[in-house]
Amino acid sequence: MADSTIAIILRIILGGAVLAALLVFSIGTAVAVATQGQGLGILSVADWLAIRFTLWQACISAGLSVGIAIPVARALARQSFIGRQGLITLLGAPFILPVIVGVLGLLAVFGRAGWISDFLTWAGFARLSIYGPPGVILAHVFFNLPLATRFLLQGWAAVPAERFRVVHSLAASPWAYFRLIEWPLLRTVLPGAFLLIFLLCLTSFAVALAVGGGPKGTTIELAIYQAFRLDFDLSKAASLAVVQFSLCGGVAVLAFLVPLPQTDGLGLDRLPQRFDAYGHRTADCIWIFCATAFLVMPLSAILFRGVGHIHNLPHQVIVASLTSLLIALTSTIVCIAMALSLALTFACRGIAARNLAEGVGILGLATSPLVVGTGLFLMIFPFAQPMIFAVPITASVNAMMALPFALRVLMPAVREIYTDYLHLRCSLNMTQWVWLSRIVLPRLRRPLGFAAGLAVALSMGDLGVIALFSDPDLQTLPLMLYRLMGAYRMDQAAGVAVVLVAQSLVLFWIFDRGGRGYVGSK
Amino acid sequence: MLALNKVRFQQGDFVLSADFLVPTGARVAVIGPSGGGKSTFLNGIAGFIAADAGKVLWDGEVMPDHPGRRPLSILFQDNNLFPHLSVMDNVAVGISPDMRLSQAQREKVSAALDQVGLADKSATYPRDLSGGQLGRVGLARVLLRQRPLLLLDEPFSALGPALKDEMLDVLRGILDATATTALMVTHDPKDALAFANQAILVADRCATAPQPIQQLFKAPPPALRAYLGSRT
Repeated sequence: MADSTIAIILRIILGGAVLAALLVFSIGTAVAVATQGQGLGILSVADWLAIRFTLWQACISAGLSVGIAIPVARALARQSFIGRQGLITLLGAPFILPVIVGVLGLLAVFGRAGWISDFLTWAGFARLSIYGPPGVILAHVFFNLPLATRFLLQGWAAVPAERFRVVHSLAASPWAYFRLIEWPLLRTVLPGAFLLIFLLCLTSFAVALAVGGGPKGTTIELAIYQAFRLDFDLSKAASLAVVQFSLCGGVAVLAFLVPLPQTDGLGLDRLPQRFDAYGHRTADCIWIFCATAFLVMPLSAILFRGVGHIHNLPHQVIVASLTSLLIALTSTIVCIAMALSLALTFACRGIAARNLAEGVGILGLATSPLVVGTGLFLMIFPFAQPMIFAVPITASVNAMMALPFALRVLMPAVREIYTDYLHLRCSLNMTQWVWLSRIVLPRLRRPLGFAAGLAVALSMGDLGVIALFSDPDLQTLPLMLYRLMGAYRMDQAAGVAVVLVAQSLVLFWIFDRGGRGYVGSK
Repeated sequence: MLALNKVRFQQGDFVLSADFLVPTGARVAVIGPSGGGKSTFLNGIAGFIAADAGKVLWDGEVMPDHPGRRPLSILFQDNNLFPHLSVMDNVAVGISPDMRLSQAQREKVSAALDQVGLADKSATYPRDLSGGQLGRVGLARVLLRQRPLLLLDEPFSALGPALKDEMLDVLRGILDATATTALMVTHDPKDALAFANQAILVADRCATAPQPIQQLFKAPPPALRAYLGSRT
């Protein structure tokens, strides 16, 4: 190998430093909360109800998301229609959509003053109310149904075209068709998809903050937040954080045993030609229509309502927007630097690297922002006023939350460069510098752009630690939106939502676009 | 007898036309340059692509639209088998896709496996079989289905020379016993000569009527000569 010993050592130190930082953030904060927590004895009945509700809603949400995704993905896989590709792209949108905006949109459609309630009162029925458990589950399905659908579509796309032909040349009945094609596919994709969504619903905070609450609808994350912000009971927050950490850890161990589906969702454009499309057209169209309406209506409701109110937003929106921008850009730089160091250090280390990437991914998914936030607060508290560090802490926690996704995009790309060009590099005797600057980075430009786009959009939309650490003077756009919702200023909230979505999309677009600019790549 | 009556198959921008008969019991190699339409031709006969003009007939009757109701079996190069089914079930789907077999059917499946030399592998899964054994399972299914027409889309291209000869022997055994009409797409002139007595040339958006294969190779038309290069 052409690397000098120093280069190798440097690289390992760099990768090791990133790993150490990650461990401090995840395990270190957990230790901090564990030593501060006063055991399970101080948990009240309400806290135990919160634990039960957290597990229950995660189960129902994951089950519904995956269950509805089966017919929707099947319909999308076998029907071809104009706009199909656009619809599949749209399925990726909730991933970078700020959670609080999605919730606001769902309220505009399904809430007490929403479209459906308006229709129901017109028809002589009572208005809907989605606060509490129904709202939490509805929002979780809204965000995770598209994810599950994309996983299943990938499963469909992986079925070889010949296999469909064999089945059709056998004149298989619908039952035989299910057994020969669909069952093996579901068996491969469903357990991982369910587990991943279960984990996402377990650690989701913004949804519970916005529509949860009350004795029946409080999740552990929300209970931590309330213990922290409302009661300022740090030891209770710490005990709850220990419970949350153990639950997530348990699921993470399970997730290590079941292969999780890939979350980047690229390459869904080509699907095998299907011969059974015709007979199921009506049912498929209904599924596709309902799923599309469910996804599109809340977003259009926000746009519809918000655009007219942008001009009379409070002037704080400008400061909030700049704060969000600062946090998002910082967190993107940190996230990409970490992902790149890890990828370059471990990409050519074979199976160990894959386990590492997988481990970091699961660690990132299983780490709850509020546990990390509580832990950091407890670690800083003896020395300084933690609120001062709200911005850097939010940026670094966001970076860590986006890291699994960035790594999923970068790791395979780096590995491909190493397998394709390492021999060439050795035979040309390239130096480390030339190799990195002329070969690796230019070829990584596209995945880097995409990963940075994901990181920036995720951080822009985040409403987690910032809610824990902020004082009234400091707010990001998602936090401002939440506060306006809390004050029932829904028109202004919708206006802020439009600004937030626009800012996220523009940033995503700039990064992703920047990655595509290189002439030499396809 | 297979009859292609002024047929046109269209796939995207690509159009292929054919107008000829293939006599019952013939062994026909389908040859021609890649991208010339060999697979389109086979998929059209199998019913995966609908003819937008003309008719495909078997023994004087128009073939049904649904591929599963056509009197034929088809074998591809890969993915003929279902990885999650045992060898036994993989063969059994040939007559009962629901895999609910009567005793008589079960015996037939065993007999077919016996005939291709895999009697002891019936409980094995495809991942534990060699390339040659995978091919034999596919052939056992063909044998079991007893359809009068067999379509082969480069079924043995990925196998080494010795294994390929072996598979061709098994195939010949099946065809001899049943008087099946067989069409095999191949890109290897040697395979074509070893297997077939006639050849259909697919080139320039047109499939030509079957001709005796020796004669065709001795005096190749320009399209075939360009394809074969100097290897005649």
